[in-house]
Amino acid sequence: VQQSHCVASASAANQEPDFSRPSTRSMQFMLLFSRQGKLRLQKWYVPLSDKEKKKITRELVQTVLARKPKMCSFLEWRDLKIVYKRYASLYFCCAIEDQDNELITLEIIHRYVELLDKYFGSVCELDIIFNFEKAYFILDEFLLGGEAQETSKKNVLKAIEQADLLQEVRWQTDSFFHLVFQLILRSN
Amino acid sequence: MPAPIRLRELIRTIRTARTQAEEREMIQKECAAIRSSFREEDNTYRCRNVAKLLYMHMLGYPAHFGQLECLKLIASQKFTDKRIGYLGAMLLLDERQDVHLLMTNCIKNDLNHSTQYVQGLALCTLGCMGSSEMCRDLAGEVEKLLKTSNSYLRKKAALCAVHVIRKVPELMEMFLPATKNLLSEKNHGVLHTSVVLLTEMCERSPDMLAHFRKLVPQLVRILKNLIMSGYSPEHDVSGISDPFLQVRILRLLRILGKGDDDSSEAMNDILAQVATNTETSKNVGNAILYETVLTIMDIKSESGLRVLAINILGRFLLNNDKNIRYVALTSLLKTVQTDHNAVQRHRSTIVDCLKDLDVSIKRRAMELSFALVNGNNIRGMMKELLYFLDSCDPEFKADCASGVFLAAEKYAPSKRWHIDTIMRVLTTAGSYVRDDSVPNLIQLITNSVEMHAYTVQRLYKALLDDISQQPLVQVASWCIGEYGDLLISGQCEEEEPIQVTEDEVLDVLEGLLVSNLSSPVTRGYSLTAIMKLSTRFSSVNRIKKVVSIYGSSIDVELQQRAVEYNALFKKYDHMRPALLERMPIMEKTASNGPTEIVQTNGEAEPSVVEPKHPPPVGQPASQVKNTVFGLVSRCLSLMAFYLFDLSKTVNFLSIGIPPMTAYNKNGLKIDFTFERANPNPNVAVITIHASNSTEADMTDFVFQAAVPKTFQLQLLSPSSNVVPALNQGTVTQVIRVLNQQKQQLRMRIKLTYIHKGSAVQDLAEVNNFPPQSWQ
Repeated sequence: VQQSHCVASASAANQEPDFSRPSTRSMQFMLLFSRQGKLRLQKWYVPLSDKEKKKITRELVQTVLARKPKMCSFLEWRDLKIVYKRYASLYFCCAIEDQDNELITLEIIHRYVELLDKYFGSVCELDIIFNFEKAYFILDEFLLGGEAQETSKKNVLKAIEQADLLQEVRWQTDSFFHLVFQLILRSN
Repeated sequence: MPAPIRLRELIRTIRTARTQAEEREMIQKECAAIRSSFREEDNTYRCRNVAKLLYMHMLGYPAHFGQLECLKLIASQKFTDKRIGYLGAMLLLDERQDVHLLMTNCIKNDLNHSTQYVQGLALCTLGCMGSSEMCRDLAGEVEKLLKTSNSYLRKKAALCAVHVIRKVPELMEMFLPATKNLLSEKNHGVLHTSVVLLTEMCERSPDMLAHFRKLVPQLVRILKNLIMSGYSPEHDVSGISDPFLQVRILRLLRILGKGDDDSSEAMNDILAQVATNTETSKNVGNAILYETVLTIMDIKSESGLRVLAINILGRFLLNNDKNIRYVALTSLLKTVQTDHNAVQRHRSTIVDCLKDLDVSIKRRAMELSFALVNGNNIRGMMKELLYFLDSCDPEFKADCASGVFLAAEKYAPSKRWHIDTIMRVLTTAGSYVRDDSVPNLIQLITNSVEMHAYTVQRLYKALLDDISQQPLVQVASWCIGEYGDLLISGQCEEEEPIQVTEDEVLDVLEGLLVSNLSSPVTRGYSLTAIMKLSTRFSSVNRIKKVVSIYGSSIDVELQQRAVEYNALFKKYDHMRPALLERMPIMEKTASNGPTEIVQTNGEAEPSVVEPKHPPPVGQPASQVKNTVFGLVSRCLSLMAFYLFDLSKTVNFLSIGIPPMTAYNKNGLKIDFTFERANPNPNVAVITIHASNSTEADMTDFVFQAAVPKTFQLQLLSPSSNVVPALNQGTVTQVIRVLNQQKQQLRMRIKLTYIHKGSAVQDLAEVNNFPPQSWQ
């Protein structure tokens, strides 16, 4: 938390945007981990080797767990801004870019928690442990490439519900069944 | 072959393990079973096995042998298989491995699948981890889906397109037609992702930016509807309608309005409306206000709006929520240069944040406080900052001390106040003060002639209390050496003069020489101080004795000094008074500390002096010619090194680091020269020299620089903003770069100027820094 980033300028700020520095990625990754530092979910939106991911995870988890409750939800870590919030026994931790809005990221985290809560019915850490693949599916219906793809809670949950339904149905080679099922899906 | 154990069963089993070893054993057993199942090409249970593998991967165990299996799952017709397959691909594959390219065909087929959820899986995977090759191959499919009427797919395609553009920027053009009616959508998901797509395009291309400016009215309308519309249960968050979309629109407006008068004007009203009407009781409202403030500050808004924005930040500072306070301080730091007066009004609130418990908030409050110090508030601000210095964590002390010195130098209301402030810092945070402060302080003290007696007295008293803080001890030693005569004679006017004898003073200085607390540098300072006193005190014999003892010191530096001082006593006694004379006023050539000292003492006749003095440790060879006079002046300058005690801290000559040409285009040439004005190897002082070889002047010349985040950069005022034609003169400007992590120095520079009536702007990367400048 010691680095301060600065772009030195000797003149006023009202100038053309800097095209040489486009944003690389809003959200670079999201990690969920327990108070003992056990990873429960990891979603990476930037290409990194397994080794690099492990190193980042280890360091960041340590840094966040060392934070005291009175501290704010944001910290600077390497080149990134980290936004984190603890819900019960789980830490939700996102890495965002410099120009991103930390406060709305907190809302993104909260929305994801609400979705999990609605889906599992009063979600707890055990749900995420035993149904981790579902947690990923829900996340992938809410965010895509690190950005929100759907801002309506209802629509995200509906999509998951219907996708789950698809899993239940065994594919029929019979095209009639196939057609009927498509019609059912479309009408929802 | 029994059916492989179910996923949840495995998870339950693994969680019963009591030790790491037990867990590892279970995992290995299961992995072996999974491997043999894969070998048997078992289609039925492949999905279950891969899912288990993904769980074990999350625990930290290797799972690369499952990569191909993921591909097989993706190619399967079963939705369950595809779901797990794509998840596995996103977790186990990465674009650096060629294996991932095998996915391309499957994704292509799935993008055209009859079931939208399958298409969704493909879009999601491509948009999350698609490599450049994949993106190139599949961009056409994505573009098609961007035009579909199915909003479920359209929104995903938009974000997928964003990813494609990030990976392969040249493909941006092909998405342009599809953006035509994106904003007419009613579906919020599509709207949100469309705004993200438009933002990406505008940020990457000035042409796109110009093209999309016409969307401003439409965006304003959408935002207005969101604010004015009644309660919409589907998108409501604590009484606010779709805050995610609002924030995104505000950000796009920021980009469109920046630097453009018309667009900025068109959005003025809505920004004022959002700023005044948004509910601030919850985080979500403040998130929108925050984005609004950022937009207002970046576009060409009227001054009333800017003041409104700063006031919002001021209110944020008073918010109970520490996150809000943090965000406010960050934003204020960004605007303090351009809207200085407006930010000044919130000075007391900012200063209060120095007492905050959160480390990040404290740091920002400190930086902001220093930025707000001026001639009017210096006394009050310094009181607060010194109090902060006393009580803050060690990680802040160095920066705070440096900040205090800088501010004091710029705005000190009186010399006495200045000296007192320095004393306060040295005595309370002396060990954290940066090494380069010592020569700066010495110079300051030297130039405050009327305060010499007061200064040396205070420093002497401080030494009696505590000799552990090296910067304090070094400055004190130097002063006692210079002004010891004033100390003895009790000439202090500013406060009650103390009674002290020569022997007491020499006791203190000798005490420094023998103390374990003194660093080698400090010992050098005190030995030299003792030597200087030989012309100011009468106890010359005592001094001679001390000096001769150290002639056999095991510390080479100390030994050399002692030997040379001995020589002064024996062979060159006639030169001694002149050499040890009071130091003259020093002129600064750069605005941050002495890099060249104007020497006005030492009028010794040029006589031959043995040139057996090697250069002081760490000094480069000088460029002085090999004449008799050259030898003498070299000797004198070496002496002056010791006497001035800056041998390790000041370079009289620009050393070792070769200059470089950072930029040379269209007649504008920018050279960088380097200095190391301090022993702190982490600070590079770079002077830019801009020259113009064309036949017309370059006016309104502005040089800007940016460095990677691990560096800190300080840009001082330029010598002028006109670069005269035909190389008739240069514009110089000093940059200081702090490189604590000793990383390779890189810089991005931006030049703007007016030449022959038209505005010129250019950006360049400077990567050819000589290694000595950052190593």
